[in-house]
Amino acid sequence: MINIEINGKQLEVPKGSTVMDAAKQLGIYIPHFCYHKKLSIAANCRMCLVQIEKAPKPLPACATPATEGMKIFTHSDQAVLAQKGVMEFLLINHPLDCPICDQGGECQLQDLAVGYGESASRYQEAKRVVTNKNLGPLISTDMTRCIHCTRCVRFGQEIAGIMELGMSGRGEHSEILSFVGKTVDSELSGNVIDLCPVGALVSKPFRYSARTWELSRRKSISPHCGLGSNLIVQVKQNRVMRILPRENEEINECWLSDKDRFSYEGLNSEDRLSKPMIKRNNQWITCDWQEALLFVVQNLKACVSQYGGRAIGALGSPHSTLEELYLLQKLVRGLGSNNIDHRLRQSDFRADNYQQGIPWLGMPIAEVSNLKSILIIGSNLRKDHPLLALRVRQAVKSGAQLSIVNSTDDDLLTKVAQRAIVAPSELVRTLAQILKAIIEYRYVEIADKIKETLTKVNVTDVTRAIANNLVSNQPAGIFLGNLSQHHPNYSEIFLLAQEIAKVTSAKLGVFGEAANSVGAYVAGAIPNRKLGNLTTNGEEVGLNAIQMLNAEAVSACKAYILVNLEPEYDTYNPQSALERIKGAEFVVSLSSYKGNITDYADVILPIAPFTETSGTFINTEGRVQSFNGVVSPLAEARPAWKVLRVLANLLELKGFDYETSEQVCTELLSDYGNVADHLNNRINEFTVNLNEANVNGIERIGEVNIYQSDPIVRRASSLQLTRDAHYPRAIISPSLMEKLGLRVGDKITIKQGVGESQLEVEQSESIPDNCIRIASAFNQTATLGGMFGEVSVKRM
Amino acid sequence: MERIKHFFKSFLLFELLKGMKVTGRYLFAPKITINYPEEKTPQSPRFRGLHALRRYPNGEERCIACKLCEAVCPAMAITIESEQREDGTRRTTRYDIDMIKCIFCGFCEEACPVDAIVETRVLEYHGEVRGDLTYTKEMLLAVGDQYEQQIAKDREVEARYR
Repeated sequence: MINIEINGKQLEVPKGSTVMDAAKQLGIYIPHFCYHKKLSIAANCRMCLVQIEKAPKPLPACATPATEGMKIFTHSDQAVLAQKGVMEFLLINHPLDCPICDQGGECQLQDLAVGYGESASRYQEAKRVVTNKNLGPLISTDMTRCIHCTRCVRFGQEIAGIMELGMSGRGEHSEILSFVGKTVDSELSGNVIDLCPVGALVSKPFRYSARTWELSRRKSISPHCGLGSNLIVQVKQNRVMRILPRENEEINECWLSDKDRFSYEGLNSEDRLSKPMIKRNNQWITCDWQEALLFVVQNLKACVSQYGGRAIGALGSPHSTLEELYLLQKLVRGLGSNNIDHRLRQSDFRADNYQQGIPWLGMPIAEVSNLKSILIIGSNLRKDHPLLALRVRQAVKSGAQLSIVNSTDDDLLTKVAQRAIVAPSELVRTLAQILKAIIEYRYVEIADKIKETLTKVNVTDVTRAIANNLVSNQPAGIFLGNLSQHHPNYSEIFLLAQEIAKVTSAKLGVFGEAANSVGAYVAGAIPNRKLGNLTTNGEEVGLNAIQMLNAEAVSACKAYILVNLEPEYDTYNPQSALERIKGAEFVVSLSSYKGNITDYADVILPIAPFTETSGTFINTEGRVQSFNGVVSPLAEARPAWKVLRVLANLLELKGFDYETSEQVCTELLSDYGNVADHLNNRINEFTVNLNEANVNGIERIGEVNIYQSDPIVRRASSLQLTRDAHYPRAIISPSLMEKLGLRVGDKITIKQGVGESQLEVEQSESIPDNCIRIASAFNQTATLGGMFGEVSVKRM
Repeated sequence: MERIKHFFKSFLLFELLKGMKVTGRYLFAPKITINYPEEKTPQSPRFRGLHALRRYPNGEERCIACKLCEAVCPAMAITIESEQREDGTRRTTRYDIDMIKCIFCGFCEEACPVDAIVETRVLEYHGEVRGDLTYTKEMLLAVGDQYEQQIAKDREVEARYR
């Protein structure tokens, strides 16, 4: 610790802190533009010049380390004179277009110009003009306004991991540019809008639609990825105008992924439902709530009396709130059915009976950055969890060894020590190799059953290196991504990952797919409540998602209750899901959007999305985050928890007397106790067969596109224009292209199950041989079967 | 002594005469009453009457939807909605002034960076049904078009004081 003095106040700061840090500690504001606490120090704006005793000239506070006995004056005549001089230089080339600038009202330059600027300029010469750049559909530019703080450049290099913006030229000719002909396509690109201290980079979807002072700031939680990023939703006249990050060091720091930031456009979509609808005599008619609810009640009652309660199946979205899922399961169980699930894209449920608790991240999100060795199994991390990828990038930057076992070799924008890119059918064997390598490396006791199966496994160099990594670098973390969770051998993957974690004393974690993946377990939206460590009272186990929707299921449901999902996009196997649902006698869909629901439902009840209802999400690290509605529901749409509560009242079920969503949440969580006590990634060992059948044909690698993952994002028009949201293509390795005699751009027919789809071929080295990568959740691929499995390919 | 003085003052109707003196002075003074509406009082170029939205000589509307007038309006009489027009410029899609709320303080005119919203010399307008006095963008532009010459002249006269 060293002692310094700022403006006559004594303080102690840790060694190595800068004058800026020290002043911040005292609450003294030093004007600055280029300094940002999460970025490296550039010291190129010179706005933070301060007077330091014995220094002949003013020094930049952000880049000057504090030394023992230093005396600093932030507002002395010399400091203010220097700051005023810098401001005059900055304003030389800055246009005076504040009235039409979207940054107006929240502009650092504007604010500081009030404090340090002169009322008139002495500059008589011509001002410079810089041409605007096309940075894609999310960021709008006005480059003349740029003051060259290079925050956006440093963000790309240091945080997003990819330098998409850079500065060219010198002096007056310096310009911020993207690469020639390229746009900014990072999934975190929206953050440069927040970082830009002036109006050079502003939001394109928000452009010119409102001024900051008209907007009210309301807190909310993101409903998309498993992190539960904290949001500030800005509202004008009951309409969500834009979304900004709310700083939470433990979750999203001060960043936000583009998905969280720009998905609000989907809330104002044309496709929103405003009134309940009923299908009568094959005609869709809008009606009032009373009629719609009575229609639902009448049909559900008829179904129960005719086929029994077990004929009813309920599917809830993991993007729904805790309260909604809790009431849904309570309603369904009240009708005598345990058929409820939220794991819509999971295909392997064999581990269910052995699970010891709720699968979760295995550690707090912030701890991911402190790991020294990371193994990620089956995840398109950057697209599935953009902000977790950022944490992994931070870890690698501070020396962690990152290993990847995956079916696609996507660029993680960070240094990957080892990667094993194998076909989905080889994933389990690859993990077995890693386990064997670790056991060979150092003798550890493991279950005989597993040991036996390992004898047939041959360790390769890559898997040995991964094993070596995990053993020699601690603390280590092993994570199962979305691809693992959707994989038809999830149980084996999970078990092997667990064994690897055990022998390397690494922590095992599961990346929660959606905002409420953990919360859905807590709410009991699972066929076997034991999974969420809830009391079961000996009730039998219901059907899980795949049983309810699989075409081969013997006991199909006669009636379905769908909450906040579109089965053609949100399920593992849309083909059979649609077949099942269309074959049911009665389908009620609670949805915010019309979509294709009219094709299969009998009643549509319009519900409010997350901005229009209060609720709770429990994120992947088990953090309970409640939020309020920020706007009132659109037209006659109502919060889903209210709809389910009234529905249960009309069905004459007991215990549905809630008046607020808080009551629902309190009832659930007071019985449940501390959520953290129920989080457990352990599964009891059960017999697994490591000798999977070899797949002879071409294997499909299914994935969910970043901007197709839930109903709101699918309707966010600007996100749909980004490069990430491209039209689905069949991505094939070069060797398979050759084998099939295909060329880039050819159209092929892909057949899977009974359906087929026509897609364009794209060649990529990132795909293992004999595999074809086809994203699900697109209209064009909804006709196909499961996300994994054999497909046949024919040239058109 | 005081009482005697008071007695004579009231007895001789001194106070009445004093009043009559004022009346008499105004009786012969020039009259300021005018026969409105045939006759009108002179107006200052700074007169703050009905609002107008101005255009540039090429016909382009001046307003850039900066919303400063909306922000400064103490009566909150102005409502603006904006968008990016097809040519990429910032424009209003709605510009309403509720003349019933308006207190004619002239702050909007003062806040405007492009002299788009101005107060004209017009004071003769009325509404017959509810909502009549909510002036929309089209109405305000029409007022501007009608009185542009007068508005421009007044701004020119006042230019050196601004």
